[in-house]
Amino acid sequence: MNFEEHASKPLLAASGMDIPRGRLALSPDEAAAIAEALAPVVVKAQVPTGKRGKAGGILPAGDAEQARQAASRILGLEIGGHRVERVLVEEQAAIVREFYAAVLNNAASKGPLVMFSATGGMDIEEIAKTDPQAVREAQVDIRAGFDESAADNLVAGLDLGEVQAAVAQFLVKLYACYRKYDAELLEVNPLAVLSDGRLVALDCKFVLDDSGIKRQPELEGLGSREVLTELEERGRESGLRYIALDGSVGVLANGAGLTMTTMDVIAHHGGEPANFLEIGGEAYTKAKPALELVLANPNVKSLVVNFCGAFARTDVMTEGVIDAWQALAPKVPVFFSIHGTGAEEAIAMLDSRLGLTPYETMDEAIIAAIAAATSVERGKS
Amino acid sequence: MIVRGHERMLVQGITGRQGTYWTERMQEYGSRIVAGVNPKRAGDTHCGVPVFASAREAAEEDAIDVSVLFIPPLAVRDAALDAIEAGVKKLVILTEHIPVQDVMYFLSAARANGASVLGPNTAGLVTPDECFAGFMPAFSESIFRRGSVGVISRSGSLGTLICLNLVQSGHGESAFIGIGGDPVIGTTTRDALQALDADEQTQAVVMVGEIGGAMEEEAADYAAGMNKPVVAFIAGQASPPGKKMGHAGAIVMGNRGTYASKRGALERAGVRVLDTPSDVGAAIGAAMG
Repeated sequence: MNFEEHASKPLLAASGMDIPRGRLALSPDEAAAIAEALAPVVVKAQVPTGKRGKAGGILPAGDAEQARQAASRILGLEIGGHRVERVLVEEQAAIVREFYAAVLNNAASKGPLVMFSATGGMDIEEIAKTDPQAVREAQVDIRAGFDESAADNLVAGLDLGEVQAAVAQFLVKLYACYRKYDAELLEVNPLAVLSDGRLVALDCKFVLDDSGIKRQPELEGLGSREVLTELEERGRESGLRYIALDGSVGVLANGAGLTMTTMDVIAHHGGEPANFLEIGGEAYTKAKPALELVLANPNVKSLVVNFCGAFARTDVMTEGVIDAWQALAPKVPVFFSIHGTGAEEAIAMLDSRLGLTPYETMDEAIIAAIAAATSVERGKS
Repeated sequence: MIVRGHERMLVQGITGRQGTYWTERMQEYGSRIVAGVNPKRAGDTHCGVPVFASAREAAEEDAIDVSVLFIPPLAVRDAALDAIEAGVKKLVILTEHIPVQDVMYFLSAARANGASVLGPNTAGLVTPDECFAGFMPAFSESIFRRGSVGVISRSGSLGTLICLNLVQSGHGESAFIGIGGDPVIGTTTRDALQALDADEQTQAVVMVGEIGGAMEEEAADYAAGMNKPVVAFIAGQASPPGKKMGHAGAIVMGNRGTYASKRGALERAGVRVLDTPSDVGAAIGAAMG
């Protein structure tokens, strides 16, 4: 889960790092009121995406009136698909130098990675291209942790001047913050040296590990929600991962791998999937709400139900689908492929309750579903 | 990471609903389950085996080779550390949604103690006619039959479908290795490929990957030097970028983890990449001559 700047920075402050003074504003008037106390200020769009500056989402303001104008220009902008609904109004910083610092979960080393660059203020990918000498990385053994001597080693030889020791201390705090809040990524860019010698985090990006949410109650409600369609939101509420797609063949399968594959094979045979929706893992008893979700999409002209049971029992899933089918009495044709744990019972149930027989292979079921969807579309035009 | 019938297995979380159900299935199939763990039920007998308060106490009775964990996400880290400290050298971690920093923590401990970890978020291991560890339908004869094809899969359901297609087309499996759908896992595609390359029973390998991460690319480097044929299927070609496709590890970010990158790397290494899992039987038949 992504956290916007205004929700990320307080986590740094709570871990002992310096951030600029500032507050969130929902209207130009609020922005002006905050600027009264803090001017000169910077007015910054709060959206869960990068490149805000280039999109006109970050503007300086010398006084309250300018802050009001800046906020009214920024609020309502569309940046990276997100509408700006709030701005952060922060005191301006007298920047002498900019660095980059981050800690992230690194799949390759199966441990945390601490990154620091003596050049900052732009994307790390860009820094790595233009100034690779400035970038330092440390793979951390998470059981050993990342202490001040490790941080000293990381920045040794980078010529950071008077803030050399302060940067090392900052990195230790950043790592502690990453650990405390179950971060997937904690990035400070730029980390700025100010004219008064202070080291201040001017921007911050925090991505919370979705699997860590349950043990981070104090972060609840602070992250930015993914932009979801109405059906995706309904799926989320019933604990189902539903992703809307553009096609006409509805998909209901168990397990992430099999569901993606069902979509792939639909595309391979010339059809277009209407959705991603899996009911595997712990969700395998949720066939009924899942089917309701797939059928709520008006673009769905036919449906593939593809079950291959390992942990998920196909008889339990099929029973749920049949219950929902009988309750909803949908008009779209449905094509089954059922294999694996519980398949015999599932196939018998399908026959006795719906009078349907599953196809031998998933390809046959998919080809039939594509043909049915196509003939429905032709019939319409 | 291939599990063998003689290996002594522990089930952590044996008394729960899933732990009980799958322990019974594993026992019926021939897995040598010697003990279970549940701190609240220590001293009981469950599924015909003694229940201990910890893996360490179980290992004091008799050495344990493999531990299978049916443990809720936030308790896995300590359960895994318990097994590692007890000297268990193979851990099968089925749980999904374990915080990644916890995973990195017990993987570090495993590395330091010479233990291998399968998963997290795996469906487990099957060695047909010998035993299985996890929640795979090993007992289904239409899916698992002793043979010479090794199967590696990030996904349990898709791996099951591949095995079904292999058996339907007259092949059998030497071993199934479910490596798991999480972004950070113990045994990688490459590690599993190496294990199957070294296994005498295995004459060919099917690698079932998916979008996200770089494991298939790393495995391709190894496959390029193998004498045994390797056939692959990569799920997620039709998936939109930037979305987590059910598995936390299945996400394309920018140019990383794309279908094209994986397919390209595998094909350059001489691996045949299939368009649909239904082609796996014919492809393996052709590859094995």
